[in-house]
Amino acid sequence: MKEYFHSIRIDPEKCEGRMKCLRVCPTQAIRVRNAKAMIIAEKCIDCGECITVCPHRAIVPLTDPFGELTKFRHTVAIPSPALYAQFGREILPEKILSGIKKLGFDDAFDLALTCGEVSFAIQEYLREYRGPKPLISNACPTVVRLIQVKYPELIDQIIPIELPRELAAREIKKKKSKQLKLKEKEIGTFYLTPCPVKMISIKQPAEKGESFLDGAISISDIYGPLLSAMEGIEKGSYRKALENICILGVGWAMVGGICRTLRLKNSLAVSGLTEILKVFNDIERGKLRNIDFVEAYSCAQGCVGGSLTVENVYISYNKILKLIETLEFEQIKACPDIREVRKLYSQKYFFIKGKFEPRPLKPLDKDLAQAIKKRKEKENIYELLPKIDCGACGAPTCLTFAEDVVKGEARLTDCIFDFPQKHNDLSQELSGLLKKPVCLNQTKPSPKKTSKKGKTIK
Amino acid sequence: MMSDESGLSHHFEIKGGDFSNAGRISTGIKEILQEIGIDSSIVVRTAIASYEAEMNVVMYAQRAVITLNITPEKLHLKLEDEGPGIENIDLAMKEGFSTATDEMREMGFGAGMGLPNIKKNADEFEISSTPGKGTTIKITICLDSTEKK
Repeated sequence: MKEYFHSIRIDPEKCEGRMKCLRVCPTQAIRVRNAKAMIIAEKCIDCGECITVCPHRAIVPLTDPFGELTKFRHTVAIPSPALYAQFGREILPEKILSGIKKLGFDDAFDLALTCGEVSFAIQEYLREYRGPKPLISNACPTVVRLIQVKYPELIDQIIPIELPRELAAREIKKKKSKQLKLKEKEIGTFYLTPCPVKMISIKQPAEKGESFLDGAISISDIYGPLLSAMEGIEKGSYRKALENICILGVGWAMVGGICRTLRLKNSLAVSGLTEILKVFNDIERGKLRNIDFVEAYSCAQGCVGGSLTVENVYISYNKILKLIETLEFEQIKACPDIREVRKLYSQKYFFIKGKFEPRPLKPLDKDLAQAIKKRKEKENIYELLPKIDCGACGAPTCLTFAEDVVKGEARLTDCIFDFPQKHNDLSQELSGLLKKPVCLNQTKPSPKKTSKKGKTIK
Repeated sequence: MMSDESGLSHHFEIKGGDFSNAGRISTGIKEILQEIGIDSSIVVRTAIASYEAEMNVVMYAQRAVITLNITPEKLHLKLEDEGPGIENIDLAMKEGFSTATDEMREMGFGAGMGLPNIKKNADEFEISSTPGKGTTIKITICLDSTEKK
């Protein structure tokens, strides 16, 4: 079986099996076995939710350490526009980029302009496109993976335009190698990332092509050093610093940022996986055919909400918003030349090399008759379970536990409510406990609801 | 809730006017089909047909039971509702015909595509109705790839 690369690792030394990750995982990809959490590679879409909730910091994003820089003759940092939202309102991109150079990079590249170019390219693609709608942005690698795993039928609706960071890295390598008379591989391009999933899109791009980036460094790792590096930098004129910011590109850091630049009548922006599932279900049912473009981010509020950012997500979201408003007010239009973009577009400059392929989960069985039988078994087992999703067995829900049992990955006795014997023992123990006098003021328990008719399917 | 040996079956209940829960059944059905490894194009056809069926109940009927039955060869979906029934089935099957109210249209429904859409996504389609009592729709989708539409 093919191995999937993931940007998240669990450190077994640090993991104490506290199960926070188990509950928060949106694809039920985590199990706790022998008091240690483990990730089921096939199911994980690298959203990074588990990283944030782990009380022991045992779940680590696999980003690159600073040291990687020495492997290259010339290094360029390409910060995500989300980095611009990490500092106070007075610290503008110009200063941040100078700060990065002081940290040891030979150059720092402002991605906003490339984002602007890609916005134009998406506009062109939308204009030509005649297939089923809506088209879906490929900006968030987690969303692309979600489609590959859960919505394979929507795969051709993912926009096949290369991401700004990849385009930038590609062009930087070309230009710098000529300028400096170096080989392309001697030029290291590093993305400063707000989330771990960008790492897998570098190591294992969803479209099976090759990434032009050499690594990703976490914004949270670089934040402290960068803050000190910026201390000595003189603040230039505010107006002058603003003049270089591409109003179309800077919004890519937040949800709605791309929609904003496309000026479509019917587009929508959504963030957070639960919300995305609702929207994608509607797309699949054909309910959103009149929508042209959907922008979706797994993190709340978009990249500014990434698990490797530092600033409060609402503050950083607001900072980007205010920056755009200021640029609008000051009538600053540092934009790419649309005619130039159209020319490049017609030369296929913007398209991804590979193709997005579905990555459906393994069915219960390859043989349909067997799979149906196993599904029935799963339902029968589920009926026996307490349905309280306590997680004590190591699976996030009773339903996933039933599935694990059918697949032979867990034993029925792993359920702490083993039946019927354990049930009896437990209820005797419980009734003993109930007879004990209790001193606390207790509210009357509400009358027990009658159980629902029929079967509930999750 | 189990039927014969080789088949998997489920009953889902749905109430008229329950807009907030509409779509749950089709999502549930989709998940079952994905889990047993049904081809994704069939999954989507079933999801669309069941969603349209669900919406018809939510918009027009009082209540309904949707029965899903899957065997290794075929998928059957039966919807039996208690509701006003359909006076003229031929007319109701026409694309664009709808008795939806303005409110429903405001919400993006009632384009007169519901029943035709169910039929379009099914390999076999049967409908019967008694005005004043209710409507029954039966669809079959072939799972055997050789018989695929």
